[in-house]
Amino acid sequence: MRTVVDRAAIDAATLLEEVARSGNGATVLFTGSVRDLNEGRAVTGIDYDAYEAMAGEELQRIVAEVAARYETTDIVAVHRIGYVPVGALSVAVAVAHPRRAGAFDAARSVIEAIKRRLPIWKCEHYANGEHAWQDARVAGARP
Amino acid sequence: MTIRVLLFASWAEVLGSRAVDVEVSPDATAAEVLAAVESRARGAALARPAVAVNQRIVAAGTRVRERDEVALIPPVAGG
Repeated sequence: MRTVVDRAAIDAATLLEEVARSGNGATVLFTGSVRDLNEGRAVTGIDYDAYEAMAGEELQRIVAEVAARYETTDIVAVHRIGYVPVGALSVAVAVAHPRRAGAFDAARSVIEAIKRRLPIWKCEHYANGEHAWQDARVAGARP
Repeated sequence: MTIRVLLFASWAEVLGSRAVDVEVSPDATAAEVLAAVESRARGAALARPAVAVNQRIVAAGTRVRERDEVALIPPVAGG
């Protein structure tokens, strides 16, 4: 198992190599990247803010929980923070497991928990020079 | 007592800082610390955050101590 929360670019191929083991018959790689359009606005990149110490600890807890539930320790989860341009990876999860159902389910569990639990926040930057924190949008949507 | 509160995302932007010091009573709860920080936001449309003490989300009624690491955790949006 390995978890990373830092500013380095993500190399998904190395994650696949890390989880490879002869006992594993299935490997799932999930990657999330910054897309160029969100709700009709042209996006140039996303700045990820993080409570780095807590995010690092929480990601370790997530991976440990999923490893226990699906009985595989061949899990690597990486979240990039700082400015990530359109097209670049912001998050990647690799899981290898003896069986495909376990690989898919464990990978899905890790990324869903990342979205729900990691103290990381997006600030979208737009082609017109504006920017918007996504946590603030949640507030704006409330009555 | 003085509590240093770490800020992130829109909270850091609106308050213009990654951390603020707030003065609260010695038996203050997480909710009271949050209220003290909110009073500085002057009505800005900010998502209501959770409060983390020593890197764990706590209930509103949790007592905060002087050397605790306290942070406001807005609705998370990673991935």
